Amino acid sequence: MKTPLNTLSAVEVHRRGIEVQGLVREFKEVTAVAGIDLQVAAGEIYGFLGPNGAGKSTTVLMLTTLLPPTSGRATVGGFDIAREGAKVRGVIGAALQEAALDPLLTGREHVQLQATLQGLPRADRKRRAAELLARVGLTEAADRRVGGYSGGMKRRLDLALALVHGPRILFLDEPTTGLDPQSRTALWEEVSRLARDEGMTVFLTTQYLEEADVLADRVGIIDRGKIVAEGTPAQLKAEVGRPSVEVVPVDPAQADQAHAALQQFGDCGRNGSGGNVTVSLPDGDAQLADVIRALDQADVKLASLNLHAPTLDDVFLAKTGRKLEGSGEPGSDSE
Amino acid sequence: MASQAATASSPVGTLGLGHPGLVEQVYALGRRAFFRVLRQPAQIIFPFIFPMLLFAVNAAGLDAATKLPGFPADDYRDFALAVPFMQGALFTAINAGTDLARDIETGFLNRLRLTPMHAPALLAGQLGGVILIGVIQAISYIAVGLAIGVDFKCGILGLPVLLALSILISFAFAAIGAFLALKFGTGEAVQGFFPLLFVLVFLSSSSLPRDLIATDWFRTVATYNPVSYLIEGIRSLIIIGWDPEALALGFGTAVALLAVALTAASLALRTRVGQG
Repeated sequence: MKTPLNTLSAVEVHRRGIEVQGLVREFKEVTAVAGIDLQVAAGEIYGFLGPNGAGKSTTVLMLTTLLPPTSGRATVGGFDIAREGAKVRGVIGAALQEAALDPLLTGREHVQLQATLQGLPRADRKRRAAELLARVGLTEAADRRVGGYSGGMKRRLDLALALVHGPRILFLDEPTTGLDPQSRTALWEEVSRLARDEGMTVFLTTQYLEEADVLADRVGIIDRGKIVAEGTPAQLKAEVGRPSVEVVPVDPAQADQAHAALQQFGDCGRNGSGGNVTVSLPDGDAQLADVIRALDQADVKLASLNLHAPTLDDVFLAKTGRKLEGSGEPGSDSE
Repeated sequence: MASQAATASSPVGTLGLGHPGLVEQVYALGRRAFFRVLRQPAQIIFPFIFPMLLFAVNAAGLDAATKLPGFPADDYRDFALAVPFMQGALFTAINAGTDLARDIETGFLNRLRLTPMHAPALLAGQLGGVILIGVIQAISYIAVGLAIGVDFKCGILGLPVLLALSILISFAFAAIGAFLALKFGTGEAVQGFFPLLFVLVFLSSSSLPRDLIATDWFRTVATYNPVSYLIEGIRSLIIIGWDPEALALGFGTAVALLAVALTAASLALRTRVGQG
């Protein structure tokens, strides 16, 4: 029996993630989101991958109740985004594409303002602000105005603000765009920790393949307003091909030996004039150790060995006919 | 980042969230608006210097007007001091509007929308903070008047009334600024209205009493221009003392303007919040 949404207990809300059915958003001349369906389980990190203008941010704006859908239905934490906006906002935190911060306020003032507006008891606000600022590594900069923060510091503060009220579901819209590698890795660690240690559901949009690959339990690839592929990163990559190993013997004359040793694993071929041999691995990169052992037993001396695994970019290419990187339409702000 | 978590994090659901009260939200947002302005010295200095500069120029250049038969003051400075209060209110309108427009442009309004914020708290807080700056401006104009020997005919007891009318006018114009911001959503649009508002001051009884304006069309415009009654309300306290009619018209016009502007701003806020 279906539970009426307005009678959900706190436990039930915790169990529910995100459910989207036929969600559409049309602007005057553009259909930004053209009928998407997806489900995100509670505690899952869902990566929403796509180029600029694909419809990622529009989807986030709808799911966070900031933009009404043209049609379709979605529930977040068990609450309908169109009819129960206040309840949705009560269970979510969001760091949107642009870190919406006031350059004239300090980091601490931001967190305390957010805590007040979220209804934290007065006695808890300072403690919560200190705790969150420490968690995102901004304790030392807490009393500096945000106008002087770096891009990475602003992103981290944005994340802290999204967490002030202890949301169950976190929306992150391209959280690492423009960040240096160190800040990016730090943010990934924190997002992973939130899902792992606090059971938080994370809906993360990104245009970075590596980010989706590293962070997401499941990935949805969106292009031109439609989801073109969905699954775990491993499943998606497996759909488009198997990993392969390319070996280059020190002595090109040993190419035949290498070829003979590797044939047992799968399709094997020679390429190039340097004695390169490539073999596909039906069971994935777990066979790599066996490959090395076989070459050693055949007494093949190697100059190099490279493992080629399919990437999410290969998945995007296979599904859309285009490479993901650089496939966004210039000037498209209609996401 | 995770490694920097020196303190224990609060588990989700143990934060004891209550429903934030309207007063507390207004205070928090008003405090933010107040400090925002305080941290932008240009938003305080120019609204003080510019009206004072115009006041000095007018007082020096138009002093001969006091010799016109029927001119209500012996010293033009006494007559002209009401105008800076009005010009200060215009700056308040632009500051309030520009700040709110910036919140829309930067997405800060969306951040606030994701909280259980009462919509009226946004307007009240934003305007309340800016009006505090308006109070500081008004007090500084009174101080300048006292320093240069303006004779406030209303006496010391009339100064709080002058301040109250000034605050009401600032509130009304700040609401106009908020409406412009919410309607158009950009700081440029708000600032684009500044010359229009400034022309309203000049096409009023700011330089001469209405009955001494010789040009018919100008006198007609000044008579229909609500700014005339706002200035005359303040002016009456300075050069007459207690003039019930001028005060009633001044307060009445300010309240009417405030009601219209606040209603328009509230509707614009509802539309903007509704449309995302």
